[in-house]
Amino acid sequence: MLAYVIKRLIAIPFLLLGVASVSFMLSQMTKGDPLAALVPERMMSNTEVVAAVKAEWGLDKPLPVRYAAYLGNLVQGDLGTSFATRRPVAADIAQRLPATLELVVCAMIVGTTLGLSLGLLSAKYRGSVVDSLARMVALVGSSLPIFWSGLILLYLFSVRLSIVPGTGRLPARVDPPPDVTGFYTIDSLIAGDLSLFLQSIAHLALPAFVLGWAVTGIITRLVRSSLIEGMAQDYARTARAKGAPEHVVLINHALPNAMIPLLTILGFTFAYLITGAVLTEAIFSWPGIGSYAVRAASSLDYPAIGGVTIVGSVAFLLANLLTDIGYAWANPRIRVH
Amino acid sequence: MTTPLLELKDLRVGFKDAEGNWAEAVCGIDLSLDPGKVLGIVGESGSGKSVAMMAFLQLLPSGARVDGHARFMGEELIGMPASRIRRIRGKDIGCVFQDPLTAFNPVIPIGKQIAEAIRLHDRSVSQRDAIKEAERLLEMVSIPQPARRVRQYPHEFSGGMRQRAMIAMALANRPRLIIADEPTTALDVTVQAQILDLLVDLRKELDIGLVLITHDLGVVSGIADEIAVMYSGRVVERGATEPIFYETAHPYTSALIGAVPTIDEAKPLDPIEGTPPSIFARPPGCSFAPRCKRAQDKCRSNDPALEFQGATASACHFPMNGAFRAEIQ
Repeated sequence: MLAYVIKRLIAIPFLLLGVASVSFMLSQMTKGDPLAALVPERMMSNTEVVAAVKAEWGLDKPLPVRYAAYLGNLVQGDLGTSFATRRPVAADIAQRLPATLELVVCAMIVGTTLGLSLGLLSAKYRGSVVDSLARMVALVGSSLPIFWSGLILLYLFSVRLSIVPGTGRLPARVDPPPDVTGFYTIDSLIAGDLSLFLQSIAHLALPAFVLGWAVTGIITRLVRSSLIEGMAQDYARTARAKGAPEHVVLINHALPNAMIPLLTILGFTFAYLITGAVLTEAIFSWPGIGSYAVRAASSLDYPAIGGVTIVGSVAFLLANLLTDIGYAWANPRIRVH
Repeated sequence: MTTPLLELKDLRVGFKDAEGNWAEAVCGIDLSLDPGKVLGIVGESGSGKSVAMMAFLQLLPSGARVDGHARFMGEELIGMPASRIRRIRGKDIGCVFQDPLTAFNPVIPIGKQIAEAIRLHDRSVSQRDAIKEAERLLEMVSIPQPARRVRQYPHEFSGGMRQRAMIAMALANRPRLIIADEPTTALDVTVQAQILDLLVDLRKELDIGLVLITHDLGVVSGIADEIAVMYSGRVVERGATEPIFYETAHPYTSALIGAVPTIDEAKPLDPIEGTPPSIFARPPGCSFAPRCKRAQDKCRSNDPALEFQGATASACHFPMNGAFRAEIQ
């Protein structure tokens, strides 16, 4: 197992090289002109200014040279400087990634808890009203577009009912806790500030629910079908023959087997949400990677686009690796190899 | 007269097909087994032998309709509430299934699965003691290094070892009856005999009744006190083991005997031509008639009842009464 993990870790840099190259080439192939982001509209006719800007950002060099420079910087952890923020992309991402991670982790907790519970309920009471209800709740979550469900819930729970605070990670005039992990919930606890912790949780609750509810459907469906399949297996009959009641067969026998496909889906979903939380971040003014990516893409900010792509890929590769490790934990049959 | 350990009376099991038509997989069987005895139930795949046993244990998928009577130590099992039959399953009646690889849960260690069987019926036993007991049970079925084996998963066991562990699990609560459904079919030939010997020895030692379901007459010949031969959902011949073999009445039984390979005589096996009828399209009269070499017009119109004709009970209009060997060849 350890050898396998090491092998996979070694492969990651090579995969990233491929990702970086493809993302670089793709951004070179777009028709848009990045100068639009760099040079004010009225200076565009001034050839001197344009030439100076091109030279400053290296846009005057031939493609292979730019590619080599990009890769060279990349190896040193330098993702380039954003055209728009004029700050290193790595710094921008480092600042925004924890916000996204905190949101996605909480959304995964919500989605997994909901999905597992609804899946268990609908498998246990399959064919009944409970089953239909559970499946409907799950289906509605994954069918409603986030920009709609997010806005409606925000209006309902924040504006009308004032149960949760509004957008952002913290109230407007509250300072964030000293930066340790970048997770406001954890950092506020480290700082020993309980009220700050509660405030950050309150701000997280709604966006995490909206995002978590959206992935509940796929988890519920998977859990339900795996459990129903498991309940029809020979080992379930053996358990019944031992005198196990149905709920014991479900929890002790079908559920551990359902963990195997569930882990695969969870890993994939997590990686997907890292870059896929865009809409949620936009609606809840969440200063994460998603909103950064949207801004970068709309202004042809090549370095930022490349940076986000690489972060997304790393998230995917790591999530895959963790899935494989979790898979070996859940499935003893592949553990020995 | 002692109360039979298990007594089936007119047991019927019906299934619905896709169009909603009912058909009987088991059409009224009568069987009985005395405490500490061995009953062999023999028949081809689809003859209803496993379905009949799973039916009174209420282990069939929902949708099956079970009628008739099945009394275990005098207590009616048919229609018994699930909460009560659960206390009998795994406690007084142990089951050994055909394929021990799929019958064990692949993601749970063997020891834990055996421990579960113990703790389901006695919550006062701690998990730790139950695992210890599982270890002892594995030792009882001659699995070497039981302390190491209890922590292993089913895929780490060989086929024969898995079936030994399955037997250990069935014995965990000292049952009165074991139902073994084709316990050796999925195993290598070399291992089959060992598993059978183990089952028989432990049964004798612990004085447990055994129902041995098999498609192989050879398997039950040396073990069973009584044999019931099933065909298309019915018992076609029933009797003590010796007369079943030496005073065979039913042509199907004799055909099964003809299909058992022997090493003494170098004769070609005599296969039974054709296939059993579908339970949704049984012929009128005797179900075996289309494949029977002795069938006459009466067989194709009238269904024979199971009754004593000579040394065994058989359901045949023209029983062979031991004269079969000469006739068949």
